[in-house]
Amino acid sequence: MSDSRFLSLEKLTLSYGKNVAVPEMDLDIAKGELVALLGPSGCGKTTTMRAIAGLMEPASGAIVLDGANITRVPANKRPVGLVFQSYALFPHLNVYENVAFGLKLMGVKGKDLETRVNDGLKTVGLSQYATRKPAELSGGQQQRVSLARSMVMEPKVLLLDEPLSNLDARLRLEMRTELQRVQKESGVTMIFVTHDQVEALAMADRIIVMLDGHIEQIGTPEDIYNNPASDFVADFVGFENVFERVGDTIKTANGDVAISGDIDDATKGLAWRPSMVTLGEGPYEGTVRGTSFAGGTREYLLDTPLGQIKAECDAALPAHDFGAVLKFDLPVAKAAQLARTGSL
Amino acid sequence: MSNKLYAPIILLLVLAFLIGPFIIIIAASLSAGETLSFPPQGLSLRWVIKVFEVESFRASFGISMFLAIGGTIAALILGIPASYALSRYKVPGAETIRTIVSSPIIVPGIIVGLALLRYFVVPFNFGILFALFLAHTALILPYAVRVVSASLTNLRSDIEEAAVLLGCSRVGAFFRVVMPNIRGGILAAFILGFVTSFNQVPVSLFLSGPGVRTLPIDMLSYMEITYDPSVAALSALLAFMSLGIVFLAERFLGFSRYV
Repeated sequence: MSDSRFLSLEKLTLSYGKNVAVPEMDLDIAKGELVALLGPSGCGKTTTMRAIAGLMEPASGAIVLDGANITRVPANKRPVGLVFQSYALFPHLNVYENVAFGLKLMGVKGKDLETRVNDGLKTVGLSQYATRKPAELSGGQQQRVSLARSMVMEPKVLLLDEPLSNLDARLRLEMRTELQRVQKESGVTMIFVTHDQVEALAMADRIIVMLDGHIEQIGTPEDIYNNPASDFVADFVGFENVFERVGDTIKTANGDVAISGDIDDATKGLAWRPSMVTLGEGPYEGTVRGTSFAGGTREYLLDTPLGQIKAECDAALPAHDFGAVLKFDLPVAKAAQLARTGSL
Repeated sequence: MSNKLYAPIILLLVLAFLIGPFIIIIAASLSAGETLSFPPQGLSLRWVIKVFEVESFRASFGISMFLAIGGTIAALILGIPASYALSRYKVPGAETIRTIVSSPIIVPGIIVGLALLRYFVVPFNFGILFALFLAHTALILPYAVRVVSASLTNLRSDIEEAAVLLGCSRVGAFFRVVMPNIRGGILAAFILGFVTSFNQVPVSLFLSGPGVRTLPIDMLSYMEITYDPSVAALSALLAFMSLGIVFLAERFLGFSRYV
């Protein structure tokens, strides 16, 4: 076993009755990594996470953690922690007792117990709330308790289910850095599930994009953001103009349109972010069907012979009216070249 | 007359209708006269004291207490796991099971009593006390299932998974994190069950036999022989006992949240 294969899923198949949610998934996660499982709802990311935790029994395949096959190890015997989306704090216990719950079951007692619980609370900055009940805490504080409760168990892998989804925008930013800090300081291998690409891009060392039960792409945030492998990933990370490519043409709603430029032979599709579309000059024309002001930029929705195009330009430039006809270009040099299409 | 006057008058009438009998019973029990009458003839506590002197009241009170406490505990032992299964698992025919469990409240007590007598007590030669115990357990079960189900529905099920991931077994998770959080509901069910059983007449009527009577049945037969105010005094005492229990439950548990 090497550090790069700290946690391995080997041909892991997960199913609900006859419905296969995740077929034969292979995945390696390195020790100390912060990984995001990213995908839309129903893509199997939560199912995968529950299988790693032991809350769901795989139909076939194996889960190997730190050299040990844990596929059939029951959830309560796995060195895996899980922070639930709803935090799942025990309502009848106070903060201290919630954090102490697992340690007590492990047989930790007395001074040792006290030290470990207090250290856990200190890590998440909640020492002064030890005697509060969960109902008396804000969502963000409950999240921290839940995090501390899992962390004090010193799990080999810590899983987080949509850790930021129940928090308001300001807390979300705070919790993001908080989670990163706890992960880096403790060195725990952390996997979080999210449907929010911004969250995944901001926090993760590596992102696993899932769709319909399979892995669509694995890469660093930069990779995923700049070089999406498929039309689905491209669309997911903000390339809103996606076209299938055949030879020197792209397929559009109104037939094939010829393009020219340096395109890799293997490229199956081309995708442009709105900001990559040249506005005001170019071979194509479109009618403005919608505009929206987004602070530094202004976005346009154009009706064009290529179909609808989303474009964006500096907000300082004079605005174009509804119904105005604009020239534009899709510069091939800027486009993301997609290795696969057909998943959108 | 304006609407403003109607409302308080109707309210007063309703309250009088609800509380009136209770006041009459209390007043009658304080009567100094020889027969049950209202308004009372003079004031005295002699009939209240008499209640404690009647031998059969003491015996039937004991039996009623045994049935109310024992039956409720038995109903909870059956009802808590049943409620848990109904709320946490996809049980086939869950609705049917719920209906069947609730049927003792829906079916008139007379029929339940007759059926139990005809098809259980007589053919199987069950002891009267055992038959009463079974009947009361069955009557309390619907309340147990309903009230406990309500508090289970309000409890998130992921805390059990959280407990398991922290090292609990499934059964351990039930006792460590489910039970403490539905304690209020269980106590509420206990009180409802206790009061229901204690006040039960129709079923007990069929299943009473020589030497084994519940208190309400004993009161009925006492009245057939003697028409003195001690029955009123006993009724008033029982009403105060029920009130006391409900008051304590409300005070300490917020009883009305669970019913």
